[in-house]
Amino acid sequence: MSISLDEVRHVARLARLALDETEILSFQGELNALLGHFEDIQVIDGSGIEPRSHAVAFQNVWSEDLPGRTLPRNQALSSAPLTRAGLFVVPVILEG
Amino acid sequence: MITDLTASELSRQLAAKKLSCAEVAQAYLDRIGRLDGSLGCYLTVDPESTLASAAAAQSKIDAGNAHPLTGVPIAIKDNMSTDGMETTCASKILKGYVPPFDATTVSRVKDAGLTILGKTNLDEFAMGTSTENSAFQLTRNPWDLARSPGGSSGGSAAAVAADLAPLSLGSDTGGSIRQPAALCGVVGFKPSYGRCSRYGLIAFGSSLDQIGPFAKNVEDAALLTELITGHDPMDGTCLKLPPISNANLKSGSLKGLKVALPKELFGSATHPGVLEQVMDAVETLKREGAEISEVSLPSIELGVTTYYIIAPAEASSNLARFDGVRYGVRVEGAGHIGMVEKTRAEGFGHEVKARIMIGTYALSAGYYDAFYLKAQQVRTIMQQEFDKIFQQFDVVLSPTSPIPAFKLGELKLDSLALKLLDFCTIPANLAGMPGISLNCGFTDGLPVGLQLMTAPLQDEKLLQIAYAVEQALPVATQKPSLS
Repeated sequence: MSISLDEVRHVARLARLALDETEILSFQGELNALLGHFEDIQVIDGSGIEPRSHAVAFQNVWSEDLPGRTLPRNQALSSAPLTRAGLFVVPVILEG
Repeated sequence: MITDLTASELSRQLAAKKLSCAEVAQAYLDRIGRLDGSLGCYLTVDPESTLASAAAAQSKIDAGNAHPLTGVPIAIKDNMSTDGMETTCASKILKGYVPPFDATTVSRVKDAGLTILGKTNLDEFAMGTSTENSAFQLTRNPWDLARSPGGSSGGSAAAVAADLAPLSLGSDTGGSIRQPAALCGVVGFKPSYGRCSRYGLIAFGSSLDQIGPFAKNVEDAALLTELITGHDPMDGTCLKLPPISNANLKSGSLKGLKVALPKELFGSATHPGVLEQVMDAVETLKREGAEISEVSLPSIELGVTTYYIIAPAEASSNLARFDGVRYGVRVEGAGHIGMVEKTRAEGFGHEVKARIMIGTYALSAGYYDAFYLKAQQVRTIMQQEFDKIFQQFDVVLSPTSPIPAFKLGELKLDSLALKLLDFCTIPANLAGMPGISLNCGFTDGLPVGLQLMTAPLQDEKLLQIAYAVEQALPVATQKPSLS
């Protein structure tokens, strides 16, 4: 199994990383080296084996639906690179 | 010298008013000022706030409502949120980020009146085994300044080894507490998954990450562990269990203790000097009445591969939050997506990008079953193999790291060799077991770490065993020579 340059570009787009061509080439090499090792676990027969996403088996942790203390708006915004009128500023995503 | 004392000794002297909190804090600040320029343990120190909290700690002691660790200084790995103190994860993308809240571990430490000395260096977002992936500085191993302290919690480990803090906190996703503890000759403990709140720990691999202590000995590590563990409603994966108690820490015995040595963790890649020291320790345990058996857990061989699918997969999802909107750096680009892509490209270092790429690939359509699903099945197999071992044995023993501290830059271009350094520590993260590393000797002047693991949630038992092992091993008289 090996990964093409186009696949690397596709993965970079999915990961929202603007990589230059030097990086694309470098990651192609690194990913291919790792993929060689990923082959190791392909030999495992997974039939009948429950996949575990976690070390501790528990699901659905509930809590009471009660109002609690939250961060004041000015504190929540305090580390944002760009704010206006008490809001986070994002580039325009809808034209018109 | 004040900075030679263990946390327990400091605690006793503070309680007896032989030392004041300010004196202790100042002694550490002075030593940091003198030595950290060459060691690089700390990313942030704030003497003013340290001395202010030392004064508050003194009032607590004077008023008679102190915790045993009140007034004892501590260093915090820079991936735990600290209210009002910069928290960077050693990444350019978080340069200048000042969290508006404390991680639960940090608030527990503050509430008990420990004095925070500062934030320690790490591999960017805790991704690495040498601390060389920090975007800001190198950390040097106090035993040999040309060598790495290990990682990712290299700053926290080196700080304790160099007496720049009596205690510190680290985080461990694949060995990031235990491996640097081994390479720096200190005690490092990763609790069972779910015993310590992850709230405010900037997430790397959420099903693997745990916070834990570094200390000069097991007793100190257990004291800090009791303080930081226990249920926290702010972390849904934090179990509804009491803190890990150290009430019976000293009541363990090696007599009749059933110890398993997995042959996979003593493989041919193990450095001969490491093997010799670990086997000497095994002989000591045998003399003390422990029953030693060699066992086999074949799935361990798949641990590194499994980890390098699961951890990057989780990281690629966790790190999606760094998008230039709510915190950290922002680099404008074409439209919203252009801004996000440029921010991340400029903000993240190479290793972090590599892991995001691996994780995104492993989770992408068409590959999920072959990689992520398969890795989760290996995880199940590994858990089942360890379950079986722990039905027959009390504890699993191995080297913590197959090699002692390596030269800075030596493995930098060999990312696969660096990943193999986690070989012995990864199983505890995948299977949720507690693991501890303690020093068991030296090879060519470099510390060697011994790792002990018990079944998940038997943290008290593990600390008891570790304490008994530490008592049985010869007392190390070496100290790093620093000036």
